[in-house]
Amino acid sequence: MSFLEQVRYLVYKEMLLEWRSKYAFNSILLYVISTVFVCYQAFRSVDGVVWNALFWIILLFASINAISKSFVQESRGRQLYYYTLASPNAIILSKIIYNIVLMLVLSLIALFVYSVIFRNPLGDPFLYLVSVVLGSISFATVFTMISGISAKANNNGTLMAILSFPVIIPLLIVLIKLSKNAMDGLDRSVSYDEIFVLLAINAIVISVSLLLFPYIWRD
Amino acid sequence: MKSYWWKFLGAAIVAYTVIAGLLGEVPALPILHESIRNVYFHVPMWFAMLLMYLISVVYSIKYLGSGKPEDDFIAVESVNVGLIFCLFGLLSGMLWANITWGDPWPNDPKLNSSAIASLMYLAYVVLRNALDEEQKRGKISAIYNVFAFPIMIVLLFILPRLTDSLHPGNGGNPGFSGYDMTGSMKWVFRPAALGWMLIGCWIMTLRYRIRKLEYHTDEQSN
Repeated sequence: MSFLEQVRYLVYKEMLLEWRSKYAFNSILLYVISTVFVCYQAFRSVDGVVWNALFWIILLFASINAISKSFVQESRGRQLYYYTLASPNAIILSKIIYNIVLMLVLSLIALFVYSVIFRNPLGDPFLYLVSVVLGSISFATVFTMISGISAKANNNGTLMAILSFPVIIPLLIVLIKLSKNAMDGLDRSVSYDEIFVLLAINAIVISVSLLLFPYIWRD
Repeated sequence: MKSYWWKFLGAAIVAYTVIAGLLGEVPALPILHESIRNVYFHVPMWFAMLLMYLISVVYSIKYLGSGKPEDDFIAVESVNVGLIFCLFGLLSGMLWANITWGDPWPNDPKLNSSAIASLMYLAYVVLRNALDEEQKRGKISAIYNVFAFPIMIVLLFILPRLTDSLHPGNGGNPGFSGYDMTGSMKWVFRPAALGWMLIGCWIMTLRYRIRKLEYHTDEQSN
């Protein structure tokens, strides 16, 4: 099987597994909606800066919860079976693609629920949507690799948070800035720098993951 | 004498920059005044830290290829020494900021970035402690080290340039190339950077040798 075909089958397998149980998706969805509701009850009305920060914090924790599972839900035996079948790069790429799709769906639902319950005027809704899309892609790429690392380190939840937070903070800074620009309805040309930096970081993270994952996998 | 001349060189340069830095001539500038001498100590700390992290990532890559425990020891000791330089860089910067900007921790992107970068490397140390098995520890922590390095570069060199910063070289402020350092200052500053880098390598090699000895005595007693 060629590399792309392997990736395609593995992504299909991940989606099928998720579709059959719907466990990860539903639990994270419930988590997001209840957090949004708790925030709404606690704050009632907030100004733009807090609204934006809260949204990204909710998304951050939702994505950590969603993605930290990506290497533990399968048993060691099954992982060994994949090892004989597919190349490690196909495995990490399929996990990244699957997590990107999962995060995109989740964050778009979260954005919808959040902005319906918690009304806040957006200056440039399309750019805000772009920042949410870029954010969910970034969370997915970074956390997939980190969850692979922490899964090998006996996978405790604290380690996942310790390892991933310093790595995600730079992305989060850029994302918050980009989405703030979108909220204030600034001219789009102001935000090109941020979009470019986000795309560049994602490209770096994906290529480093592809280079390093074979070493994690070979155990 | 052949192989350790650079240690003497490093010590001599640092001694020279301490004396010349404190006694040499500096231009009288507003706000900075005599605190400009801190540039000989604050900036070289970051140069030395970067060199240490660079050595560490190079040896992590080597370890992934070779699997020799020695490479792993160099990687971890470089991070340890780099963290110490980072701490001193932050402390000297806070002293300086307190005098010139009126606040030990102004909300400056470069300060926040370097604090986050040190968190990243502290996470590397924690990750090592979380793993018991020796080879697994070396491999997993090397992977994390290589993964974190490009993000650290983005954090320290790209993000501060996107926003306004009090530091030179960011947000439209002049950088080192356009820095109006007078000739006499250049002759202290440049050797200082080199000297502290050499001292950093020296400390790292000492710590590496101690760790290697401990490793071998452990192996013999087992």
